[in-house]
Amino acid sequence: MYGKKVKLRILFISLLLISVILSIFLILKSLEENVVYFFSPSEIKNLAEIDNKKIRVGGMVKDNSIIMSSENINFVITDFKNEINVSYVGSVPNLFAEGKGVIAEGFLKDSNFLIAEQILAKHDENYMPPEVKEALEDK
Amino acid sequence: MFISQLGFYSLIIGLIFSIIFLPVAYRDLFVNNNLISSNVFSILFFKLFFVLVSFICLIISFVNSDFSNETVYNNSHTTKPLFYKISGTWGNHEGSLLLCLLILVFFIFIFLITSRKEQKKYRIITLLFQEIIIIGFFLFLLITSNPFNHLFPSPKEGLGLNPILQDPILAIHPPILYLGYIGSSIILSSSIAAIIQNQVNNQWAKNLKIWVIISWIFLTIGIVLGSIWAYYELGWGGFWFWDPVENISLMPWLCLTALVHSVIVLEKRSLFATWTLVLSISSFTFSMCGTFLVRSGILNSVHTFANDPSRGIFILFFLFFLIFISLIVFFFFYKEKKIKQKNFLFSKETSILINNWFMMYFLSVVLIGTVYPIFLEVITNEKISVGAPFYSKLFIPFLIPFLFLMSIGPKMAWIRQNVKLFNIKIILLFLLSIFLSYLILFKTEQRTLFVSVLVIFSIYLFFTTIRDFFIKNQINFSQKISHFGFSLLILSIIMNGIFSREVITNIEVGEKHEFNNGTIYFKNINTFKKKNYTSIVGIFKIKENDNEEIYLEPELRIFNQPLIVTSEADIKTNFIADKFLVMNLVKGNDYYNIKYQTKPFMIWIWLSAILMCVGALINFFKRK
Repeated sequence: MYGKKVKLRILFISLLLISVILSIFLILKSLEENVVYFFSPSEIKNLAEIDNKKIRVGGMVKDNSIIMSSENINFVITDFKNEINVSYVGSVPNLFAEGKGVIAEGFLKDSNFLIAEQILAKHDENYMPPEVKEALEDK
Repeated sequence: MFISQLGFYSLIIGLIFSIIFLPVAYRDLFVNNNLISSNVFSILFFKLFFVLVSFICLIISFVNSDFSNETVYNNSHTTKPLFYKISGTWGNHEGSLLLCLLILVFFIFIFLITSRKEQKKYRIITLLFQEIIIIGFFLFLLITSNPFNHLFPSPKEGLGLNPILQDPILAIHPPILYLGYIGSSIILSSSIAAIIQNQVNNQWAKNLKIWVIISWIFLTIGIVLGSIWAYYELGWGGFWFWDPVENISLMPWLCLTALVHSVIVLEKRSLFATWTLVLSISSFTFSMCGTFLVRSGILNSVHTFANDPSRGIFILFFLFFLIFISLIVFFFFYKEKKIKQKNFLFSKETSILINNWFMMYFLSVVLIGTVYPIFLEVITNEKISVGAPFYSKLFIPFLIPFLFLMSIGPKMAWIRQNVKLFNIKIILLFLLSIFLSYLILFKTEQRTLFVSVLVIFSIYLFFTTIRDFFIKNQINFSQKISHFGFSLLILSIIMNGIFSREVITNIEVGEKHEFNNGTIYFKNINTFKKKNYTSIVGIFKIKENDNEEIYLEPELRIFNQPLIVTSEADIKTNFIADKFLVMNLVKGNDYYNIKYQTKPFMIWIWLSAILMCVGALINFFKRK
């Protein structure tokens, strides 16, 4: 009915379409599994349940809260409304200090305690992550 | 003060020349001779001259620490070393845009003098479109980010340059990256001209290829420099973080890489004309999108100098305007030529097409990963981030067939390749790769299926690219070098990923820290006073396994203006692995936070990327 050339072209286009649809599906699927949500300490207090997903918590490092030992670093993130304790093993960025903005990434143990895997680096002393800024403005 | 004024007025004169250029060049379009009028030439020359003067004025203002200039005040300081005063000129928003403009007017001039052999109309249309882009940049600079804003009364002291930007590599990283980005604007303009002139053919592809390769080389070097800088300066010890700003440079890179390949098909076989045009337009679009996202402050990173929404809106409109024009030209002027060409499934054309598909897949992964969080935040106000796991999950499975196809694709002949299924040498090579990867992975805990297969294919590709040097085949020398560089890059990245080790601990002066196969001894610290910072150097003695003791001396720099602490890692590099030590001090604590890393094949990552560029460069020398 159709010539060989037309058949080939139809095959080609349908292959292309299928692969495009497949790859977009794959990307979105993997996006769903791998995104990390951001919360402020107050939002964590309001969480209905605590699941095993990696999250980010942002706010200020509370004054006089950093306690270092040879194994880990403990500190408190506050948005001046609610607080959360953080325990962290790893390297800290230069601008990690009391009274400065911070973002910690890790897993919640309970609504009051975060086991952090990473503390995010800031580049500039005046710079505050927009998430933190907003979280602080909301209070 | 005077210098600053001079800079401002030469910028305005430059803009006037740009605007005059449009009617002059347009009139020249209809003059019937094959030479471009000398007016066009002199206008472009004077414009280059005035923008150059303006840029030099800004440099002089920085060198003299003329704080009556707002840009200098915001980004410089009298105690800064001379070198960083100069590099600080483009280490900020206004200055870097002026540099961009300078490169634009420089490139348009270069295009004019190197395109003599081509048709006059094609040249003038390219120049006209390029000039529209330049005027856009002029207006952007003068309206939203004038580098010569006057401050009165003039302050005594400046605010200083962010210390992590005070670095020799970062002094050259922006100009080189810009050369790559701006190069893609010429690609866009000449595509538009070729469409209008209806000469999207193999001769045009040959000319376009030069600009594609130039942009690709600069973009690659620019990305590598940024990556080297992040490796030692940000103190993380990695070389790629899937940070949105890194992704943004990767998108035009993937586009250009696809274009480098497809333009060859257009040149040699007159195929893929439409596809090449699409890639040309998107390369520039992605470069501009990068500028928009970074400069508007939508993405926050070390590259965001100052947030000003009006800038973002300006770039956004300008971007839409350019894309709109390009698409209109593309849809209404482009006439696809039907060329009778024989095509077979097994041919170089097909393999390049497949390469391009892979590039587009990688591109869409990066694009979605970068843009999705922004959209989600605008729509639902949820804040998310997308990190390395997302990308590795989507890249690694596709990298495997990609590596395999790359090892066979380039050897295909044009038009038709007779495929021999069983070539004993190739099978032997493949078995050897399996054996080697078994040896490599045997002792590690990384024995998942994906990783093993990935290692096998990367070693196999490595072998085939080496083998290609010794046999006579379809592949030319520059391509052999570039492909060898790429296979080395992939192999080094994979090895680096598998064998990197790190020890992180908090330690006091005089303490010893034991880890599973070695010890770190924190001997003492020394303090030095430098011109604009105080330096604290820690001396560490590290013994691993039965190796010799090594001393590493990481440094903390406490800058006075602005008051910032930066960590300078100490890295001992050799051809097998980097030893990397960085320390940090948390205010009010006696403990130093240290991170000791062994990073295998680090130097090969940089070298192989440079090797790819060398391969591309060789292209220019082999034309008799």
